Amino acid sequence: MFRGWPSRPLRTARGPLIPRRAVHIFANPARFLSIARPLTPWLGWPGLLLIATGLVSGLFLTPPDYLQGESVRIMYAHVPAAWLGMAGWSGIAVASLMQLIWRHPLAAVAARAIAVPGALFAAICLLTGSIWGRPTWGTWWEWDGRLTSMLVLFFLYIAYIALSSAGAERGSNDRVSAIFGVVGAANIPIIHYSVEWWRTLHQGQSIGLAGSKIDGSILWPLPLTTLGFTLLFAAIVLMRMRAMLAEAKVEARLKRMASE
Amino acid sequence: MALKAKNQRLILALLAVVAIVGAALLAMSALKDQAAYFYTPADAKKDHVEVGRAVRLGGMVQKGSIQREADGVTIRFVVTDNVETVPVRFTGIVPDLFKEDSGVVAEGSFQPDGSFVATNILAKHDERYMPPQVAGEMHKTESLDANGAQQKGTK
Repeated sequence: MFRGWPSRPLRTARGPLIPRRAVHIFANPARFLSIARPLTPWLGWPGLLLIATGLVSGLFLTPPDYLQGESVRIMYAHVPAAWLGMAGWSGIAVASLMQLIWRHPLAAVAARAIAVPGALFAAICLLTGSIWGRPTWGTWWEWDGRLTSMLVLFFLYIAYIALSSAGAERGSNDRVSAIFGVVGAANIPIIHYSVEWWRTLHQGQSIGLAGSKIDGSILWPLPLTTLGFTLLFAAIVLMRMRAMLAEAKVEARLKRMASE
Repeated sequence: MALKAKNQRLILALLAVVAIVGAALLAMSALKDQAAYFYTPADAKKDHVEVGRAVRLGGMVQKGSIQREADGVTIRFVVTDNVETVPVRFTGIVPDLFKEDSGVVAEGSFQPDGSFVATNILAKHDERYMPPQVAGEMHKTESLDANGAQQKGTK
């Protein structure tokens, strides 16, 4: 019953938590919490405000597209969701590398905290894309390169969630899910370049380093919702990390009480 | 000592990442042709796509090529990639965005005479989004009224 999850990196109960050689100031969960706790509302509320502003602007203030008409407005939710689905897995990969290389005590927690909102945004991307595809392309779903690789990303998230929760419950130093997190990152460039490498039904990239192929009058609410959803995502990740650390603390305490 | 092990892990991890990404890129570039979602008319000719095989044909609908047949639901049009052209026949309902001088993906099969019979039509649009005023006369569509401000005809 008193499973010993956080065995290795997260001995948050009472005693000193800092590993022998702290690689980073956030290696100390207590210090991390003292920053994460006040930071959460400062990310979450502005995020919600930006999302609301961006969505209202996108629904009422921008003109329709010359070709797609009103359905272009779903872009204001679809693009941020796609970005966060991909950025989320990039975050998992970076955290997994930090866990594998530096044994960073919070890296595994961060990766697990990202997985669920990441999967959620990947799902939102797929759903809004499907709803958008029906009136424009004339189909809910097609197995083209972009759609398929995005669906693979969603499945990777589901697999990662299952794998990392199993690892966490076993209480081992969970390297398997960290390795999976790094390997799965190979899909991210595939999603990005799918529309260039292969002929796809999905259109090419609209916004790149060279600028945007979307007219300014349609584009401007998009940065608002993208930044807003990103801030909200960060707030959710911090909340989940705090909850996981608190849970670890409780379990460690219960375990100690049981052994006394 | 500890630092050494750490650096060892760093190098190993970086090598692993390079190997994984490299393998994925190689695999994907090898997939290039198989993973293409549709044939262009030029590809279809070059690859000698068999008659009767279920394939997708993609390209632009040639300007002025859409013809309606007497039954009201059958249309004929020409798909072009500016190299080759293929005449297409389709019976059914086309998406709103299907129109001349615009992207199309037709699912169906080639006929012995080199034409294509489609069982389904998908519209493909590009990555440029703009309001009707900006698109101007060149891109005027039936789904938008003369001012370009409001839609009609579509739901």
